[in-house]
Amino acid sequence: MTGGHPAGTAGGRETRLMDETEIRRATTRIAHEILERNKGPGDLVLVGIAARGDDLARRLAAEIRRIEGADVPVGVLDITFYRDDIGLRADAPEVHETRIGFDVAGKTVVVVDDVLYTGRTVRAAMDELVDFGRPRAMHLAVLVDRGHRELPIRADFVGKNVPTRADERVRVALREVDGEDAVLLGEGPR
Amino acid sequence: MIKHLLSVNDLTREDVVRILDTAESFREVGTRVIKKVPALRGRTVVNLFYEDSTRTRISFELAAKRLSADVINFSTSGSSVAKGESLKDTALTLQAMGADAIVIRHSSSGSPATLTRWVSASVLNAGDGTHEHPTQALLDLYTMRERFGQVDGLKVAIVGDVLHSRVARSLTFALSKMGAEATLVGPPTLIPPDAPAWGATVSHELDPVLPKVNVCYVLRVQRERQRRQFFPSVREYARFYGLSRERVAMLPEEAMIMHPGPMNRGVEIASDVADLPRSVITEQVTNGIAVRMSLLYLMLAGERVPEGGGAHAA
Repeated sequence: MTGGHPAGTAGGRETRLMDETEIRRATTRIAHEILERNKGPGDLVLVGIAARGDDLARRLAAEIRRIEGADVPVGVLDITFYRDDIGLRADAPEVHETRIGFDVAGKTVVVVDDVLYTGRTVRAAMDELVDFGRPRAMHLAVLVDRGHRELPIRADFVGKNVPTRADERVRVALREVDGEDAVLLGEGPR
Repeated sequence: MIKHLLSVNDLTREDVVRILDTAESFREVGTRVIKKVPALRGRTVVNLFYEDSTRTRISFELAAKRLSADVINFSTSGSSVAKGESLKDTALTLQAMGADAIVIRHSSSGSPATLTRWVSASVLNAGDGTHEHPTQALLDLYTMRERFGQVDGLKVAIVGDVLHSRVARSLTFALSKMGAEATLVGPPTLIPPDAPAWGATVSHELDPVLPKVNVCYVLRVQRERQRRQFFPSVREYARFYGLSRERVAMLPEEAMIMHPGPMNRGVEIASDVADLPRSVITEQVTNGIAVRMSLLYLMLAGERVPEGGGAHAA
């Protein structure tokens, strides 16, 4: 656990948009919504986008287990090789782990990410996932939707809609990696 | 990341770790139904091979294709090189065709370095004379790290024709960079006199070395380079330095056997030894694709140098 604000805030103060309790309530509600929409946990798989989407996906799986007593497979997807800005950045983007230990063909895949912004990450995730097989359907669950879409993409399950300016920055901190649960709005790029 | 890969010594320890870590992601890609990612779409990789090497060329070709790059194979037989074109003119032609990377294998040491003077493309050394073969060393490090968790502290015997082996040179440099200990083993005629300066110890006897190593790395007897007689006969070589069943029994239980291929079964390695579970020769091949994907990705996925830009972006 870290005291006060988590490290990595590039100057300026941050406003707390969601605290631990609100994040917990949002994930519980999303888990219920996923089950309602899918009419139960059958043929359901969760794929979290690294980093933090995978932690959220594991939390959703734990909620689903609590609610329905069923285990839903969780995978982690790194979308680096599918980014649309490769060749536009100075250095090759850092790669993280991808681990999808199940067949996605014929399944309902819920893609999980922390923040939905331009939609470019989700576009990359969709392209990558179909290379693993042909899901029956793909849904999108996000903790925060901050607007400013650059692609025709929307989320099916949203923890909180947050109107933002393009020059603001939304940061999700999760216990698993950051030592605390919080959604923070600050100044600065991204 | 570096612009060219000419020698293992172009890389820092951190570079090596990043290359191996990224290769791990590409190993995962190799297990997918569709073993291909779009990372290098629109990039062109040229394989320029002045020396026959089916496996290294195919490995680079597959690596580039799995990254969605376009691949051109330019081998010397049946090409303009056979008609007498110089390396420089070939390089300028490839440059004019817009190659983003040139993978070169050449019988002259240093030719990849020379190539960098004429082209803005990234140059990857796929083996130059008796100088270096850095991608082989990196895939070997990857294979060792995969098995033992880390390279630091490993003891590796490199056995055979060290004198003619660019694999041995690159691997020894790489091992010492990563904190492993290399012992070069072979007859005095096949150990270069400057070998101790590579950061390795030297032994002319194999048997006393075997019980102390984690890896026994067997080099190919390069019969095609054997113009002068470096050892009396192939049979005598096999008796003193060949990895037989009896010698495998001297290795610690967890030690693994590696070979860069292609093997001369019955010469440097007994045929049944090559097929033992502890021989990881086919794993080296699989890992080679992932490591070359990692290198091409790290070297080419950054910002493109504008046309006519200088050879050194950094």
